[in-house]
Amino acid sequence: MANTIWVLVELEKGQPARSSLEVLGKAAQLGRAEAIVLGSAAAAVAPTLGEFGADKVYVHADAIYDHYLTLPAVDTISELLKQHQPRLLMLAYTYELRDIAARLNVRHNMGLITDAADLQFEGDTLQVTVPWGGENVVTATLPNAGTGIVLTLPKAFAVEHHSGKTAEIETLNITSSAESQKMKIVDRVELPSEGPSLEDASVIVGGGRGLGKAENFHLVEELAAALEGATGATRAIVDAGWVPYSYQIGQTGKTVKPSLYIACGISGAIQHISGMKGSKYIVAINKDEHAPIFAIADLGVVGDVLTILPQLTQEVKQRKSQ
Amino acid sequence: MKMFVCVKQIPDPNTVVSQLDPNTKRLVRSGVSLVLDPGDEVTIAAAIKLRDTIGNSEVTAVSMGPVSAQEALRRALAMGVDRAILVTDPALAGSDSLSTARVLAAVLKKENADLILCSTESTDGYTGMVPGGIAEFLGLPQLTFAREVKIEGQKAIVKRVTPTGYLIVESPLPAVLTIASGSIEAIYPTMKGIMGAKKKPFTQLGLADLGIHPSQVGEAGARERVLTIGKVETRAAGQVMKDEGDAAQVIADFLRRYQLL
Repeated sequence: MANTIWVLVELEKGQPARSSLEVLGKAAQLGRAEAIVLGSAAAAVAPTLGEFGADKVYVHADAIYDHYLTLPAVDTISELLKQHQPRLLMLAYTYELRDIAARLNVRHNMGLITDAADLQFEGDTLQVTVPWGGENVVTATLPNAGTGIVLTLPKAFAVEHHSGKTAEIETLNITSSAESQKMKIVDRVELPSEGPSLEDASVIVGGGRGLGKAENFHLVEELAAALEGATGATRAIVDAGWVPYSYQIGQTGKTVKPSLYIACGISGAIQHISGMKGSKYIVAINKDEHAPIFAIADLGVVGDVLTILPQLTQEVKQRKSQ
Repeated sequence: MKMFVCVKQIPDPNTVVSQLDPNTKRLVRSGVSLVLDPGDEVTIAAAIKLRDTIGNSEVTAVSMGPVSAQEALRRALAMGVDRAILVTDPALAGSDSLSTARVLAAVLKKENADLILCSTESTDGYTGMVPGGIAEFLGLPQLTFAREVKIEGQKAIVKRVTPTGYLIVESPLPAVLTIASGSIEAIYPTMKGIMGAKKKPFTQLGLADLGIHPSQVGEAGARERVLTIGKVETRAAGQVMKDEGDAAQVIADFLRRYQLL
C-alpha cells in the first residue's frame, strides 16, 4: 500500500503558499498525498489542492489560525494524529511551519529531519538527503514505525500540476481550546520594498562583512538598482544589525537561484554558500585572495570592494545607456 | 524576573569548515577551536538589556555540552550574565534536537524560569528546533523570530520578523522567546568583566540531577539515524584576477559576454 503523506499547506494572503505547493507535489510522487489547510480562507483553497497533487484535503476554516500563532495548528494536527497514522508529515521550512513542527515533534515523540533537499523510499526505508556543512551530503532516516516529520528546503521541488484531479475533502470538526490562544497577532506590518523580491530576482547583489560598516551597504544597493536586481546579505551582517533578517541568504534565510549573483565583501562561509550556490553565474569581489567564495565564483576579483563597487555601478549605468 | 538564556558552544564558524566523522557520524570537535555561538552573543546582549530595563531581575546562561562548554559559559558571564549552569554527561553525546530540548527544559523547570531566551537557530546545526521543543516540554508559548522585545507586566510583546515585514505578537509570561538579531547592539567583555566572571556562581549538573534516564537522550534517544555521508559535488572555480584598476571593466565585459548586462 502506498505511504500516506501529510502536507501542512500554509496560506499567504488567502492563497496557498508556493513553498507548500512544492512540498505537496513531492508528496504526491512519494505516495498518497493528504493536505491539511487551516484558516479562514481554507474552505476556498481546499478544492484547488487536488490539481497540485492532493488525494485528500483536511479543512478547518476557522479564523483562530489567522489570529493566533502556532498552538491552534499544533493542537489540530495533534488531534488528527490520534485518529490517523500517516507515514510522514512534510512541511516547507518557513518561520511558522518550523515552529509548528518543533512542538509536534516533542508532543508526539515523532522524530524529525530538517533541511531536506530530497527524499525517497527504498523499500520501506525512508531516505532523506540533507546537505551538510557545504562539503558533505548526509542520507538520514527515521524509524519505520510511527509518523515522522520532514522539513524541506525552499525550492527543493517544483510545483506539480495534476490537471483535472479532484481531492476528497474532509471538514474537521475540532474546537480549539482557550489554552491555545496565547500568541496573539496584534498587528501585521508590510514593509515597502523596492525592485524585485529576492526569490524572484534574476540578478542579486549580496553584501558581507568586507563592506566594513553598515554605512557602506548603500554601495550594494546602488549596484543592485543599476542592474534592476535585488539586494541580499550574509548572516554575519544581519547579526550585526546592518540590514534586516529578511535580507539573509543562506542555509537559514533564503535560498536563491538567480541568473547572476555578485558577492561583495563576502568570504563565503558555508552558511551563505548553501543559499546561493545554485546561481547560474557567480561574480565575487573580495580583498582576501584565499576567500572560499573564489572557489565557486565564475569570475573572482581580488580587490577593494569599496573602490570597485562605485566604479562598477557607474560602468553598468553607462553601458546600459548606450 | 528570573531570565534564562540557552547557549551553545560550537566550532568557530569563522575559521573552520565543520566536518562530520564518518565513523561516529557526529560533529568533529577535536582539533578545532570552539567558541560561544556568535548568534548566542546577540541573544545574551538582548537578555542583559532587558534585565537592566526591567530591573530586579537576573540572567542565567544555560548550556548542554561537553566539559569544554564551560569556556562558552565563562564568556557569557564575562559579558554580564549573572550565573551559569552547564549540563554535562557522557550519555548526552549524540543527542538530537528533541533530547537537547528535553534536557534544557528540565533545568528551566527546576529553576522556575519566567522568561527564556534562545537564538533563532545555532550557527552549526541550523535546525532551529530546540526553542519550540523547550516551549512544548514546559507547556509555554513561544515567541520566535523576535527583532524587538518589550515586557509589560506579565506580558511579552515582540516584533516578529516575516519575509515581507513584521507582526506584532503578544503573549502572557512565562514564555520562550527567540531572537532574530538585527537591532541589538553587541556587548564585548571588558577586563573587569572577565575578572569578575570568575567569582560568579557556576553550577554543573548531570542527568541524574535532572531525573532524566540516559536511554531518553544521546545516541540512545535519537530517532534520526545517519545512513551514509557523502561528498557533495562542488562548482568548478572560474577565473580569479587581481584588480589593477580595471575591475569594473572586466566585470562589465563578463556580464556582457553572458548577456547579463
